[in-house]
Amino acid sequence: MGNIVRKGKNVIVDKTQMKGLSNWKAEESKEIQQPGQDVDEDRVVANLSVSKQNRDNWEKNTQSGRVQHLLEMGKEDKTSHSYDYDLIVIGGGSGGLAAAKEAAGFGKKVMVLDYVTPSPKGTKWGLGGTCVNVGCIPKKLMHQAAVLGEAISDSRKFGWDVQEQVSHDWDLLTQAVQNHVRSLSFNYRRSLMDKNVTYLNAYGMFVDENTVKATDKNMKETYHTAADFIIATGERPRYLGIPGDKELCITSDDLFSLPQSPGRTLVVGASYVALECAGFLAGLGLDVTVMVRSILLRGFDQQMANKIGEYMEEHGICFLREIVPTKIERIEEGTPGKLRVTATSVKDGENHEGEYNTVLLAIGRDACTHSIGLENVGVKLNEKTGKVPVNEKEQTNVPHIYAIGDILEGKLELTPVAIQAGRLLARRLYGGQNTECDYNNVPTTVFTPLEYGACGRSEEKAIEAFGEENIEVYHSSFWPLEWTVPNKGKDTCYAKIICNKQDNDRIVGFHILGPNAGEITQGFAVAMKCGMTKVQLDNTIGIHPVCAEVFTTMSITKSSGGSVSASGC
Amino acid sequence: MFDAVASMAALCGQCRLWRRAAAAAQLHSGVRCLSAKFDYDLLVIGGGSGGLACSKEAALSGKKVAVLDFVEPSPKGTSWGLGGTCVNVGCIPKKLMHHAALLGGAMKDAQKFGWLVPGQFTHDWSTMSEAVQNYIRSLNWGHRVQLNDKNVKFLNHKGTFKDEHSVRAVSKSGKETVLTAENIVIATGGRPKYPSDVPGAAEYGLSSDDLFWLKETPGKTLVVGASYVALECAGFLTGIGLDVSVMVRSIPLRGFDQQMAHLVTDYMESNGTKFLWKCVPTKVERMPKGQLETTWRHLESGQEGKAHFDTVLWAVGRAPETKALNLEKIGVEVNDKTGKVIVAANDATSVPHIYAIGDVAEGRPELTPSAIKAGKLLARRLFNSSTELMNYDNVPTTVFTPLEYGCIGLSEEEAVRRHGEENIEVFHAFYKPLEFTVSERDSSQCYIKVVCFRNSEQKILGLHFNGPNAGEVTQGFSLGIQCGATYSHLMSTVGIHPTCAEEITKLHITKRSGLDATVTGC
Repeated sequence: MGNIVRKGKNVIVDKTQMKGLSNWKAEESKEIQQPGQDVDEDRVVANLSVSKQNRDNWEKNTQSGRVQHLLEMGKEDKTSHSYDYDLIVIGGGSGGLAAAKEAAGFGKKVMVLDYVTPSPKGTKWGLGGTCVNVGCIPKKLMHQAAVLGEAISDSRKFGWDVQEQVSHDWDLLTQAVQNHVRSLSFNYRRSLMDKNVTYLNAYGMFVDENTVKATDKNMKETYHTAADFIIATGERPRYLGIPGDKELCITSDDLFSLPQSPGRTLVVGASYVALECAGFLAGLGLDVTVMVRSILLRGFDQQMANKIGEYMEEHGICFLREIVPTKIERIEEGTPGKLRVTATSVKDGENHEGEYNTVLLAIGRDACTHSIGLENVGVKLNEKTGKVPVNEKEQTNVPHIYAIGDILEGKLELTPVAIQAGRLLARRLYGGQNTECDYNNVPTTVFTPLEYGACGRSEEKAIEAFGEENIEVYHSSFWPLEWTVPNKGKDTCYAKIICNKQDNDRIVGFHILGPNAGEITQGFAVAMKCGMTKVQLDNTIGIHPVCAEVFTTMSITKSSGGSVSASGC
Repeated sequence: MFDAVASMAALCGQCRLWRRAAAAAQLHSGVRCLSAKFDYDLLVIGGGSGGLACSKEAALSGKKVAVLDFVEPSPKGTSWGLGGTCVNVGCIPKKLMHHAALLGGAMKDAQKFGWLVPGQFTHDWSTMSEAVQNYIRSLNWGHRVQLNDKNVKFLNHKGTFKDEHSVRAVSKSGKETVLTAENIVIATGGRPKYPSDVPGAAEYGLSSDDLFWLKETPGKTLVVGASYVALECAGFLTGIGLDVSVMVRSIPLRGFDQQMAHLVTDYMESNGTKFLWKCVPTKVERMPKGQLETTWRHLESGQEGKAHFDTVLWAVGRAPETKALNLEKIGVEVNDKTGKVIVAANDATSVPHIYAIGDVAEGRPELTPSAIKAGKLLARRLFNSSTELMNYDNVPTTVFTPLEYGCIGLSEEEAVRRHGEENIEVFHAFYKPLEFTVSERDSSQCYIKVVCFRNSEQKILGLHFNGPNAGEVTQGFSLGIQCGATYSHLMSTVGIHPTCAEEITKLHITKRSGLDATVTGC
């Protein structure tokens, strides 16, 4: 009973709060073009008459977790009585939204603050964070565009009569991609509304332990209090700090909505973002150069990383190794105009110069943690990386402030990880559950022209963890059937598994380089969750003829030095 | 090993058989020397996936092995080289032609992704079939080379049992030899069936044995049957721009999950394949201009229908190839109904030293990788003191229809039948592949279903996936299921974003709940 009364009180607090926000609300509803729908009123009504579903949930929760609730009653009463919200999430990306919606599903009062500071080039976007707007979604679509370009040239060998003169229209692609991105962003807003989560398109900053200041784009400030907070502000691309970088270069924040084809492009960096962008730009027919300071895909298995590099080089992408840019100058106006890049060899200090239409920086990303008032509440940061250390419950050093997603120290910067972490956090906070996010054996895929899927440890990390003598590496090249007719590289695609000999030949690393690597890797990640061993792999029957079946017939160990060349059926 | 044999040959110059045996004995001291009683340790009849795998594995153990392979031309006169169904008239050509069809779709998609493809693009059958056939020939050759490298004797002869240990081998020209062997493996596979009660069927119709070797386009085609062969062929023929109808007597993809099967045919229908449901052909006649007039009867109304086609393709099932083997004489039992060879768990037939693997063996999945594995394991048991038996549980498979369908384990119907509806939980989702968004493709049939026990552990009984790259998606999950995956294993696995496969790790709507299973947003 006490709980329900508490909810009522919340609404009253909320209503006064909402009044202060009515300007913003009106503006927002205009923006999302839903005339006639007064968000403010809806919000209040929905809260006053707790929807049936919410009430059901509520009753279910109170019954199933009665003991839990009784135990937490003291804490809840103390906090909820005096705050506007149960939870405020700062950052409306994959992780933040997942946490917010999950918390709202438990009948909690939740606010999400999201605000995109325009990039130095002025690019900005809507709700949804990096993945939807300037990450996974647009890059996979552009990768798909490049894959389709390859399909066109393959198709001639498969009997399709296509003229040789095929060209690509950048504007058409970016428009199509942006339309999809906007529709996703819109869906996020709708789903927040459906779940009764208050969304504020404003920049959030901690003022004190339970209060954030939200500043909207008109610099209007509002204050909101909550019992718990989740920081999910993510990251933004890093700049070089050399003359001309912010004025003249673009980053992945700008690329996917660039109003004109980037033309001759220099990609600086060898992160997965760098290689993915370089890959699809080249696939769309552009002249692309990648400038690499040291190694490709740091943190990934280096054998696989180098194979990706080789493939890209074979497919016309120029790699400048051990060189760093020192100066960018504009030498020709226009869109895209022309830039001169001066660079220095890290080996011998020799200077290099090149001219490009576009310079894309992809040298890393920095956590958005420095201007959100963390110093006001004492949340500790790793000073060097700007990342937030958390415990296994995603809790910062300030107990009621949590953090998820890309800003976490030592965790993975992946959308599904952030979503999982956000959801599980909300379930632990409000659902009486105790499952923690498992950051081990998380699968991932790099969408380079030849896709790379991985789960578990790299060969280097496996050696480090278990010792070279305790691991066995099985590997094999394979020739995708679809590559035979167009006669594409026979020994290009490659698969590798790493087994721990001390533990029943359990698979501790899974790596595949080939078409559809992402689709292939997912199921194997489930198998790794189930503790798959080499014997189980050998006992599984392949699906013929697909690339993934290569894993069911692997017999050559690296230590044997045997040939891995692809053989027939 | 080859070199060793050659040098031995130079040295002693005696009878060839003896030389081989001596070489084998020398190189593998400790392995039992070939008994003088028989020419071979192992004779394999049938050089398809299973037979070749078995023979090569046996040869690795230093055994003296021979393979007989002979392709009886189809009624239309089509024949092919070494490698069996998969390589010549099965998986390989069908997946390549399926890919050709997908590329047609890819080019339409490409335009939405900014590619300017000038003019109309049309498909040329002979370019495709030539490319496919060239690749097949290279595989035929590859198989010959591998047998040679491994010292397996290959005879392009047809084998017939003479007695329990001897096989009469007849060449194309009628030359006859008798080979004796201690162990014999029957791996003759199957061939397409023709209906016996439809006049003109075999005379004018084709089967999948012919389709992939056609030099000219099949043109307007009637596919009879709703097996996976039928639907796959109909799918890629439609995809390369042909007018295709499928005549279905009862249900599509018998034995597969029927909800999935109907989604597969729905997708085909929406992509232009015509379906004549509940119809059976009654007659095929050739018209003066070469077109085939096909008559059929609707099973419910009894009404007759009639239309002209350039090609009638029979895909009404396959029959095991046992007729020529003379099995009854040596007492190898076959199932009277299916004609398949009855085998024990160790692949032995009713005659203990005669074995059967692959499509010809009763109760085995008719799948290449399963035949290969069975062949290898059999050879290891015979010659490498292994006791490992083939595990036929959770064999994954994929149907390469225009919308691919991959599955592992039980269909929903089968799970209900075995365990009762109240004891199973079905998680499902309709999802939209990211690639379908910009290309504005209809994703109504992209659907995933996981069938679990309903107890607390929720062990997975079956997994079904309709969507692009279903084969690639399914393989890893089959391994997960092999490792005992439960619903909570799926849920605790982090997705790979953005892929179709990640939707499987996000399934949360049960069929029982009746809630909308459409995936929204990221």
